[in-house]
Amino acid sequence: MTVSAAPAPAAATPVKPASLLTRMRDSDIWHSFRSSPLTMLAAFVVLALALAALFAPVLAIMNPFDPAQVFLMDANIPPRWSEGGDERFIFGTDDQGRDLYSAILYGMRVSLMIGLGGVFLAATIGITLGLVAGYVGGRTDAIIMRVADVQLTFPAILVALLIDGVVHALLKGIPREQTVFGVLILSIGLSFWVQYARTIRGSTLVEKNKDYVQAARLVGMSTPVIMLRHILPNVIGPVLVILTINIGLAIITEATLSFLGVGLPATQPSLGTLISIGNKYLFSGDWWIVAFPGFTLALFVLAVNLLGDWLRDALNPRLR
Amino acid sequence: MKLRSMLLAAAAVTLLAASPLSAKTLRYANQGDLKSLDPYTLNETTTNAHLGNVYEGLTKRGKDLAILPGLAERWETPEPTRWRIYLRKGVKFQSGDDFTADDVIFSADRVRATGSNFTTRVPKDAKFVKIDDHTIDVVLSSPNPILNSQWDTWYIMSKKWAEANGSAAPTPASATTPSFAALNANGTGPFKIESHQPGVKTVFKPNAGWWGKPEHNLTEVIFTPISSDATRVAALLSGEVDIIEPVPIQDIQRVNSGANVQVLTGPELRTIFLGMDQMRDELLESNVKGKNPFKDKRVREAFYKAIDIETIKTRVMRGLSTPSALMIAPELFSLSKDFTRPKFDVEASKKLLAEAGYPNGFEVGMDCPNDRYVNDGPICQAVVGMLARAGIKVNLNAQPKAQYFAKVLKSGGFKTSTYLLGWTPGTFDSHNVLYDIMGCRDDATSNRGETNLGGYCNKELDKLTDQVLVESDKAKRDQLIKQAFQIAYDDYAYVPLHQQALAWGVAKSVKVAQRADNSVLLQWITKD
Repeated sequence: MTVSAAPAPAAATPVKPASLLTRMRDSDIWHSFRSSPLTMLAAFVVLALALAALFAPVLAIMNPFDPAQVFLMDANIPPRWSEGGDERFIFGTDDQGRDLYSAILYGMRVSLMIGLGGVFLAATIGITLGLVAGYVGGRTDAIIMRVADVQLTFPAILVALLIDGVVHALLKGIPREQTVFGVLILSIGLSFWVQYARTIRGSTLVEKNKDYVQAARLVGMSTPVIMLRHILPNVIGPVLVILTINIGLAIITEATLSFLGVGLPATQPSLGTLISIGNKYLFSGDWWIVAFPGFTLALFVLAVNLLGDWLRDALNPRLR
Repeated sequence: MKLRSMLLAAAAVTLLAASPLSAKTLRYANQGDLKSLDPYTLNETTTNAHLGNVYEGLTKRGKDLAILPGLAERWETPEPTRWRIYLRKGVKFQSGDDFTADDVIFSADRVRATGSNFTTRVPKDAKFVKIDDHTIDVVLSSPNPILNSQWDTWYIMSKKWAEANGSAAPTPASATTPSFAALNANGTGPFKIESHQPGVKTVFKPNAGWWGKPEHNLTEVIFTPISSDATRVAALLSGEVDIIEPVPIQDIQRVNSGANVQVLTGPELRTIFLGMDQMRDELLESNVKGKNPFKDKRVREAFYKAIDIETIKTRVMRGLSTPSALMIAPELFSLSKDFTRPKFDVEASKKLLAEAGYPNGFEVGMDCPNDRYVNDGPICQAVVGMLARAGIKVNLNAQPKAQYFAKVLKSGGFKTSTYLLGWTPGTFDSHNVLYDIMGCRDDATSNRGETNLGGYCNKELDKLTDQVLVESDKAKRDQLIKQAFQIAYDDYAYVPLHQQALAWGVAKSVKVAQRADNSVLLQWITKD
């Protein structure tokens, strides 16, 4: 058994577990977390930024998505501490007069929602297909994995661009603002599922011949139950690592799509859209429009990746 | 032995370098691509200018926009309803076919066919009669003293070439698959298109068989669309391209401070404006159902008065625009100064909306190109904010011009509720604005109102327009034009915003003629 979670007993008599908190505190993972200051710092940054995004309406001084609150007269004001700065706008304003600090908070919210949504969609698709491919095998396996192989030959961003274009073409007539959220989540979800599927399939191939699975089969449990209740908990470990690292990737993908102009429109800017707006003003010296959203994005993705790295090491039995 | 061959090679190199025929490659970047190579697909200055290097009309326009003979050597009007056109002899298309009267008659039919965006170039009922291979009579049903005023962008195509390649019918802007003529060009002009990769690059080469005398010294022109402002400026500053159009206004200072580049600015004749769908009984994109709020003049007035044009000028355009009360540039209409914009007044807007039955405003979609006009995207965003304060929630659909034009133009079914557009009259005369932009669209057999995307209609105005066309006394004509513009002004038919400024970024080694209609024409470009 490579995973800390014990295989569930075949019979449906769950042992009452110790309280979750105690179990967590006794675990190896918690110990490894506590002994790595860098990881704790990363976790703190992720948590702080996530909370800031969550409470954006409270923390921000304006709602940058509400055009009625944005005044064009305030456009392109530099940060508060530089010459020509304005008391109200700590990080300055963009080309429409949006307060950058507020826009970053709201933009991070959007980026996070789309990133998380996309990753969970990708994980759901990938885990399901991986389990089916690994457990059922045969022709089903071959088809699913060949599709995955083909998709792997394209960079994820290309696939996302393609899906985005196709879906928007299909949804012609519906205002973009209403569909862009779903479309972005869908395109990120559909371009990242392969990794999950391959990982899960590999582990499933190993697990399915183990005794506890054979036992479950003998008892006469149905295939879906065996896959979900018995195999899944034993193969989920590596997925957690991919999931964490993918959150960072998904946020970057969203930012890239928005930067390229196929993501969120300039009226509801995400971090990527803000960077794209700022890029236009780099030559004219308005550096702050691109710098602050870019820094926030980099900080967040770095922190998430550090967490992911740590998780990979912590769950790797060979490094223990 | 070895030494001798090396000496020989060195001599050869020296000879080559000394040759006077050194290549002059001009690299040109615009914010948008050519939508199509079919000269009847999209009536848009950038596309027209590009194709004007390859195709030619019966007339041409000079650097000062004066009408000059083109493929027609001369013309006369023996009677007001009959024009006799004498075609230039010995002209060949780039495919090698001779240019004759048949090509003109073919082009006259093609330009007026369904799918063409240039139907107003030639009156619908004008008959083209072939007298001989190089003479044509144009018979009109009513006099038209400005018949040939926009023939400089009615490009003549080869009948033989178009028919042989299945392109006898024009390619509509909304076409999803390009026709042969949309991907290949065959004109009589000073340049030919050597290769065309839509969205990537287009290579022009001089046409050695051109009938005219070249004023350029180029041997090759490579055109690339670069839609990102910063990238375009960077390409110019680094010397990767020689000409960019436009220079984003926020970067004019930066470009001017460069050692080898400069910005050429000037007033442009284009008017940027907002339009509203006033024709449908229910808007396509709105939460108001069962009626069209823009049919109510008060709503249009509210829309107009909510726009703070001065702030757009100072903030978005950085001072480089001229707010306009009219749908035509002051350079093109002498009585423009008699009109002033209604004052910006949000409170009045709110009141008007409440009177019209929308105390809480309403929601409406807006179409906007984001790679066509100077800062078009940011202008639309600013408009969204200003309208929001009056209570109108605008769902902005900012898109590249290829998608934008395919959606909003006639060939796409005018599928828009409100939109931003820019217009330079092809005739450089008010009649074009009154006819193309403000004329009623209700008669399906007429080409009136071809680019009246919102379907504004006032029969009084149409009557005046028809009088303007035939009036030859300048003072009287101007008065008629003024009356017609007054009607549209009082109706709040459109929201004119401003005339933008021209801004071309040019390497100092390149000399260009900057025409006020913003056409970058290769035939007047020389490179050191």
